[in-house]
Amino acid sequence: MLYFVRRAGFFLATLWAAVTLNFLIPRLQPGDPAQAMLNRLQGETTAVNPAQLEAIRKLLGTPDGNLLSQYWDYLGAICTGHFGVSYSYFPYTVTAMISSALPWTLILVGVTQMLSFAIGTLLGAWAAYRRNSRVDSVITLGSTFVGTLPFFWLALLLIFVFAITLNWFPDGGGYGGGSSPSWTWLFVSDAFQHSVLPAVALLITGPIGWIIGMRNNMVQTLGEDYARLARAKGLPRRRIALTYGARIAILPNVTGFAIALGSLLGGTVLVETIFNYPGLGRLLLEAVSNKDYPLMQALFLFTTIGVLTANFLADVTYGFLDPRVRRAEAV
Amino acid sequence: MTTTPETIDTEALRVTALDADASSRLPGWFVILWRNGKCRVGMLMLAAFIVIAVLAPVIAPYGPRLDEFGASEGPSAAHWLGTTARGEDVFSQLIYGARTSLIVGLVAGVLSTLIAMAVGLTAGYLRGVVDEVLSFFINLGLVVPVLPLMIVLAGYAPVKGLGLIIIVITVTGWAYGARIKRAQIITLRTRDYITAAKFAGDSTARIIAFEIVPNMISLIVVGFMGAALGAIGAEAGLAFLGLGDPQTVSWGTMLNQASLGGALTTGQWAWLVAPGLALALLITSFTLMNFGIDALSNPHLRED
Repeated sequence: MLYFVRRAGFFLATLWAAVTLNFLIPRLQPGDPAQAMLNRLQGETTAVNPAQLEAIRKLLGTPDGNLLSQYWDYLGAICTGHFGVSYSYFPYTVTAMISSALPWTLILVGVTQMLSFAIGTLLGAWAAYRRNSRVDSVITLGSTFVGTLPFFWLALLLIFVFAITLNWFPDGGGYGGGSSPSWTWLFVSDAFQHSVLPAVALLITGPIGWIIGMRNNMVQTLGEDYARLARAKGLPRRRIALTYGARIAILPNVTGFAIALGSLLGGTVLVETIFNYPGLGRLLLEAVSNKDYPLMQALFLFTTIGVLTANFLADVTYGFLDPRVRRAEAV
Repeated sequence: MTTTPETIDTEALRVTALDADASSRLPGWFVILWRNGKCRVGMLMLAAFIVIAVLAPVIAPYGPRLDEFGASEGPSAAHWLGTTARGEDVFSQLIYGARTSLIVGLVAGVLSTLIAMAVGLTAGYLRGVVDEVLSFFINLGLVVPVLPLMIVLAGYAPVKGLGLIIIVITVTGWAYGARIKRAQIITLRTRDYITAAKFAGDSTARIIAFEIVPNMISLIVVGFMGAALGAIGAEAGLAFLGLGDPQTVSWGTMLNQASLGGALTTGQWAWLVAPGLALALLITSFTLMNFGIDALSNPHLRED
């Protein structure tokens, strides 16, 4: 029980830290942040309209109030779900922009993450089962080699080969021009076609961490005393590998699953930008290049909260799966 | 990191290394790394990159930003990898790009290793409340999505430049190393020789600097290599997204300009392939070197 309480405490503390970080980052720049933003916006668009001014005030609180009261206002705005209005998509609120982009990223990342996990864990277990054989060296060396390839570069090459040269898939976007998002068969199959290349780009490098992690864990569990005992009892090799090796070796990968979500979200910024895919990552980069601070802040906050929640869930699952972590709270 | 089993008798190597260690520190290290075939290839590759970076003005046929050639030309005798959309020589940019990657890797790698050491060693050695607080920051650093954080930080920065990229990478990249070093020092701090040093009246700083750090040198080297590798990749990614200084010649900026400059549609594969390949080779050299360092630091990975 103590374990779950501690994990929940950590979750709440990180959540608070992330919210505070989000508050502090724009204020790290020297001088009055609201004025600095206004100056920069003026440089960009020559005139600042009242709506933008309003949005900046919302984002930063009253610039003349002290930091503490700004922080208080900020917390209040977040708790009531007021993230302000986007500069670059003016009449729309930040929340509306994010909720229209969220499903795209959720589906792309969710599917590729699960596939990566499944493929990687299976290959890693196979490599450990056939340790020191040719299968093992092909899998480990192969994944090490693929892991050295810069992943956004692979994505560019995918477009170059499969979209532009061979013309098998569309070269970007989330769906074809002319159609609008709806749950019709035509749209879904169109969106699927558009998502194949981004998904492949994520899947080439996605499983590598799982492969290596699973192989190393399982090699270790297969060397433990209980696995040795199972061998001495004359249990079939396959059964030892599955129920004595893989079952325990997979545990660290469960926590890894959530941590990988963070890096995968980073990867989607690159992939979505390259493929012009209408998800959160592209929205973040657009917000940065348009100096759309409210959108940028809210996106960062959303992503962080998402990753933190995933981490918390993984910790809880881990606690249920492995009684040892529940009892041993030492380290 | 993973390792395939070494055919060399690593135990004997370790003994020779320890013998060499007694006289001077570096050569023993070097012997172990050099005798590992993969590691040797990696070191030679890295040496080649360093030579290219240092001698860039001699090797490159033109200045990296000299834009007086025909725009978007394919590979030719005068321009081995063609020219950019602005009429710059791609090959010269590739040579100069090695400088940026190596500088970022070195500086950001050293800085984040130092932060990781300071935080990890303090937390692991002192334990108690200090450990709780520092561990919280380590864990926070581990779970916050790094690339979005980098993008947001880079988006707010008033000036774009290599220094900014290095700072952003350092600030976001130290947590993993800190966690590993903390775990290591926790196992080291209860050893007999540490207790002996304590009884002898040595100060905490002295114990950490002279008793503990020498015993985790290989871990620190691995940590540095990992951090440098991450920094090189992050610089390329940020520059590719257009968040770096467009005037800095780096492989990431080259890829950014190649994809913006229409290399995809005009079929200038050399402009597109070369920077990515260079990046992949540099990362490969680090990975190969890690095979040697891994075997050095983790005996479990060497057994049977």
